[in-house]
Amino acid sequence: MATGSGEESTSAIMDDYETLISTTDVELLKRAWRNEKAAPEILQYESSLVQRIKEQIELAEQNVEMFEADSIDPLTVSLYQMDLDRTQFLLRSYLRVRLQKIEEYLFHILKTDEYLNRLSKQEQMFARRCTDDLGNHLDETVLSKLPDNYQSILKQSITSEEDDMVPVPRLDTFIICKAKQYLSSIDFEPEYSTEITEMERDLLTFVCYKFIKRPLEKGKIDLV
Amino acid sequence: MAGQSDSHLSLFSPEEVEFMAEDELVEIVPNLRMDSLNFICGDYGPFYPQIATQVPFWLAVALKKRGKCTIRPPQWMSIENLTQVLEGERDSHAFQPLPFHYVEISRLLFDHAREDIPDIYMVRSLVEDIRDVRFHKVETNLEKFTASTVTWKNMSAMEVNIIRAFSGRALQAFYKHENEQVMPDTDRTQDRQPQIPTIRPKRNLKPR
Repeated sequence: MATGSGEESTSAIMDDYETLISTTDVELLKRAWRNEKAAPEILQYESSLVQRIKEQIELAEQNVEMFEADSIDPLTVSLYQMDLDRTQFLLRSYLRVRLQKIEEYLFHILKTDEYLNRLSKQEQMFARRCTDDLGNHLDETVLSKLPDNYQSILKQSITSEEDDMVPVPRLDTFIICKAKQYLSSIDFEPEYSTEITEMERDLLTFVCYKFIKRPLEKGKIDLV
Repeated sequence: MAGQSDSHLSLFSPEEVEFMAEDELVEIVPNLRMDSLNFICGDYGPFYPQIATQVPFWLAVALKKRGKCTIRPPQWMSIENLTQVLEGERDSHAFQPLPFHYVEISRLLFDHAREDIPDIYMVRSLVEDIRDVRFHKVETNLEKFTASTVTWKNMSAMEVNIIRAFSGRALQAFYKHENEQVMPDTDRTQDRQPQIPTIRPKRNLKPR
């Protein structure tokens, strides 16, 4: 826990090197969880990370069972169990936040290929089944009883030009973030170059989400 | 329940902030012998009696609760340092450098490691004073918000979490009024719902 002492440049280099060699999967999952929770739209599914974590969790569960069978000292067993619980919490919370976002923006995600590709296979299946069920439910309870021109799920009425009954994620929400390295204007989209030109490393910044979308996707920014 | 911190997706509950703080490393002095622990989140140990070692906070608290170690309070929690920080906070408008999770860490130590902190009442009152002064500064700084990007040096995790929702909405309102992207009359009625279909055609109003 650095308290601000030491040279600026050498500590920056050491930080990068250390993060490179020591970022555990749990750290990466925690970062993915935080980003997912703070972002207003759904982010890319980290399939390889989730796969690795699942394998490590299974291994840990087997270890705990083995320890209990061999009657190893209960303190050690409970500590391994705690570590397991913490990792499981992260994984579950990550998946849950994504499911909540899918449910909230269900129709929009299925309509937009960009979002659809960010889902995992199981999430896509879930989204499709959900839309079918929701569609049937709304049809039976409400829509079939409305006058003819107003029966669509996606449009307010037949006269609407776009699907205006579909909620869309608001990309202009403000979020708090930290940059992992100094960012200059080439890292941001050119259309926002009047709004944001640079971002210093490790400085808490309140900024509009859509401005930092691009560096976020490249992993240069962390949402806090 | 995982993920059920708040009805709104993007808010972290205080427990979740504490969860993130618990991964910070702290020094402990174990009083038992134990082999290395190979966790999913990293390898720690082996533990020898009276030899100090670094472990994550959740592990330290677990061992402390079972009476297997004593926790060494971190450097920044000494009375001299905290008094200096408090004076710095009172004298200047900026925030003094403090660890990102100082609130959670000090709370955890006060709750679980009373005996390990010398002069705990003094330390506790210093930390609370620091929290008060900083939060007062946060409130005064909120009055100075403007529309675009705001940067803030040295704010801690708890303070960020407290003002996250409000400042997000406030900055969004500033941004919207400054840029006038949506037609004003439809905007008023739909503001009550959190999700607005934003695919309306833009109408450029006269520049001010």
